[in-house]
Amino acid sequence: MKSMMTPAKRTNRLGSAKSGTHHFITQRVSSVALAIVLPIFVICFAFSGAPDADAARAWFGAPWGAILTLITMAATLYHMRLGLQVVVEDYISGSTLKFTLLIANTLITYGLMLAGAYALIRLALGN
Amino acid sequence: MASGNTDTRPLSPHLQVWRWHPTMLSSILHRVSGIGNYLGAIALTAWLVMLATGTEGSVAFLFNGPMEWVTRIGLILLTWSVSFHFLNGLRHLAWDAGKGFDPKGSNQRSILIIIGSIILPAILWFFLLTGGAS
Repeated sequence: MKSMMTPAKRTNRLGSAKSGTHHFITQRVSSVALAIVLPIFVICFAFSGAPDADAARAWFGAPWGAILTLITMAATLYHMRLGLQVVVEDYISGSTLKFTLLIANTLITYGLMLAGAYALIRLALGN
Repeated sequence: MASGNTDTRPLSPHLQVWRWHPTMLSSILHRVSGIGNYLGAIALTAWLVMLATGTEGSVAFLFNGPMEWVTRIGLILLTWSVSFHFLNGLRHLAWDAGKGFDPKGSNQRSILIIIGSIILPAILWFFLLTGGAS
């Protein structure tokens, strides 16, 4: 006779379920930050003459452009780290690949944050 | 699809057999556009670092010759995916506040959001390409 145990019964208490609330709330808070800051960034950036390298350097190097970019970048990278984490957890079931991608996600987003901040500081201080 | 699922009871219906409807499409597009935005953020940050370090000449091929259009189409797709994710994200915030769960209205708003996500980049690119920025 087949086992009467349901998949839910088998997996009960095996999941993490220890930090989901924190993830949920920080995902929403960063989305509120982006809802405010992203339109401002996009409009200002569109006016910067950006495809041109010198115009873009001048804009990123000016205090307003540098601060706005840093805030947008921080909110974006924080939000997209949380988002991709959920995508990986939902669709990747093998633990080796899953943890590799989760770690890569963390390293990529932190790496982009630090590299981007370095670039902005360098432009703001005139190289 | 959990690995190690050994029993033979039917699973819930999947994409192949599910009748498509607007909220399903917008839900899938939210994830797709999120991943697109992730790639876009990597590209834009790389560009920023290259600007700051004076190495942007090494990617000059991206803006010349046939690659110019590949780059342009990539940027247009990015403005679409950011616009869609932004508009649908506002709806997610409304959902979190407990508003907008009626099936009919949800489907209508899905269509409106998809249309809006095309109009926003169209306005932006019309403005950029007609020289409004310079």
